[in-house]
Amino acid sequence: MNKQVNQKAWFLVLPVVILVAFNAVIPLMTVVNYSVQETFGDNVFTWAGVQWFEQVLNSPRFHDALLRQMLFTGIILAIEIPLGLIIALAMPRKGFWVSVCLVLMALPLLIPWNVVGAMWNIFALPEIGLLGKGLNSLGFDYNYTRQPLTAWFTTVLMDVWHWTSLVVLLCYAGLVSIPDDYYRAAKIDGASAWAVFRFIQLPKLKRVLTIAILLRFMDSFMIYTEVKVLTGGGPGNATTFLSIDLDKIALGQFDLGPAGAMSLIYFLIILLFSWLFYTLMMRNEAQ
Amino acid sequence: MARIKLDGVKHSYAADPKSPADWALKEVNLDCQDGGAYALLGPSGCGKTTLLNLISGLLTPTRGRILFDDRDVSHATPEDRNIAQVFQFPVIYDTMTVYDNLAFPLRNRRLPAPEIDRRVRDIADMLDLGPSLMNRASGLTADGKQKISLGRGLVRSDVNVIMFDEPLTVIDPHLKWVLRSKLKELHHRVKRTMIYVTHDQTEALTFADQVVVMNNGEVVQIGTPIELFDRPEHTFVGHFIGSPGMNVLPVTKENGGISFLGTPVESIENVRAEALNGGRLEIGVRPEFVSFGTTGIPVEIGKVADAGRFRIVEARHKGQLLKVLVTEGDAIPSVTSHVRFDPTHTHLYSDGWLVK
Repeated sequence: MNKQVNQKAWFLVLPVVILVAFNAVIPLMTVVNYSVQETFGDNVFTWAGVQWFEQVLNSPRFHDALLRQMLFTGIILAIEIPLGLIIALAMPRKGFWVSVCLVLMALPLLIPWNVVGAMWNIFALPEIGLLGKGLNSLGFDYNYTRQPLTAWFTTVLMDVWHWTSLVVLLCYAGLVSIPDDYYRAAKIDGASAWAVFRFIQLPKLKRVLTIAILLRFMDSFMIYTEVKVLTGGGPGNATTFLSIDLDKIALGQFDLGPAGAMSLIYFLIILLFSWLFYTLMMRNEAQ
Repeated sequence: MARIKLDGVKHSYAADPKSPADWALKEVNLDCQDGGAYALLGPSGCGKTTLLNLISGLLTPTRGRILFDDRDVSHATPEDRNIAQVFQFPVIYDTMTVYDNLAFPLRNRRLPAPEIDRRVRDIADMLDLGPSLMNRASGLTADGKQKISLGRGLVRSDVNVIMFDEPLTVIDPHLKWVLRSKLKELHHRVKRTMIYVTHDQTEALTFADQVVVMNNGEVVQIGTPIELFDRPEHTFVGHFIGSPGMNVLPVTKENGGISFLGTPVESIENVRAEALNGGRLEIGVRPEFVSFGTTGIPVEIGKVADAGRFRIVEARHKGQLLKVLVTEGDAIPSVTSHVRFDPTHTHLYSDGWLVK
């Protein structure tokens, strides 16, 4: 029997097509459009070819921002993933304290990003902030608005405070899904606490850890709002990460062409890293 | 290797048990001989897994003592008791090879490497895991994984008891039979005490020398499979074991004898009937020991079910159902007939318990 062809079903996906078109495809294509043209006032555009791409890829400014971005993402991953795992392992598995811990853990995630930036901005101010004034009265020379190092310290601390919870919650969900029998069997086999972690918990957490690393990688690589509010990319260019730099080029200087080219390169870098990481992790799985 | 004795063991999951319903396990006394094969049999929720976890040390009894060779281990850890357990869902260490899985308990106990190697290969041969010894354990099928969990118990030579918590639940039906006979064979070879928990009577009766039947947190009967079949001490054992289960029929004492809805039952001697004083009376007779005849209790014939070499006939006496097993090829009377009970296999029960 021949299948009946009914093309009317396409109309059913129309709402989604329209939605995706307006929130993803059209904005992205606009960016592509900017990236290959020179823009003048009064909506005058002239063809520029790959000129902007060459300019961005060869500019030391972009290289510096990319390097800062990778360093930042590397540092926060190196802190947040192990810390999140340790906190999740230390959290209680049953009883009253479970919900208390979960609520406390979820709180930072519920705070809007610009509020997080504003909170830490005030918290870390050397003259009035609890953290800033506290550190200074303990004898540390701390001023994140002037010293690049303390600016980095504050930014990293803020990100760890804001996002470690996500890793904790993911790991905790993974941990509670391990059946009790595994722990019982390990007890009977005489396994040490380390062996239980190494041979039961870590292998069972592999998938959630992959997701956690991926999410934290993508999010931290795109970090914008918190840093914008906290340091504005300063002092100097010390905390000018890719997104802050992009913002300066696009909205500060109104160089739409280079900004468009940089956006696309930025997007491709994230896509490439994520794909590479995920493929490697999953290939390991298959073996 | 040890003799295991449970002395008045009670367990409750409630912190402060008061009513009898709070007890998951009501007073259990049990004596397991060294090297025996035991089965704990009962319906879901009867407390058999609780009892198993008490013996293995994953739970601590609320009351009573657990003795391994006269040593009180009631509060000892599973490691200290030196037991092995195979769980319902196979527990394997995914990232390790089959070999490393089997070696794991020995390595944790810091045995010398050549000794570990010898034992692991021994056990792998016994379980037919030899060819896949160097493969990753996560790639095995459910029965292979269950063999590994069993192997981790067998590999330790000093294990006091190996316990099985419904180990065949996730195994494919055709492999269940294979694994079951493997277990039996292993028991003969290693002569360790084994305790097997199941709700499946076939598994229990084929595996164990002694079956402990449990219901509602109590041990109802301990006996060999034959004893459980021939002389159930409680009507529960009668209809839980056997397929179909025992006919349990309400009876009364009349004229010094036993009568079933007004019809005298001759299979019960008057002596047994006379010894009774009060209580709810029932007689139990297995469908295997009910036969059709020209005299006896009049019945109407109902449905007939074909069960391979037998046919199960549903007969009714004044509305009361009783099942009769007829060998294939034997005639089945139509519409009405009479049934007789084999006197040696007809038991009298008072309030559910056997009258001796």
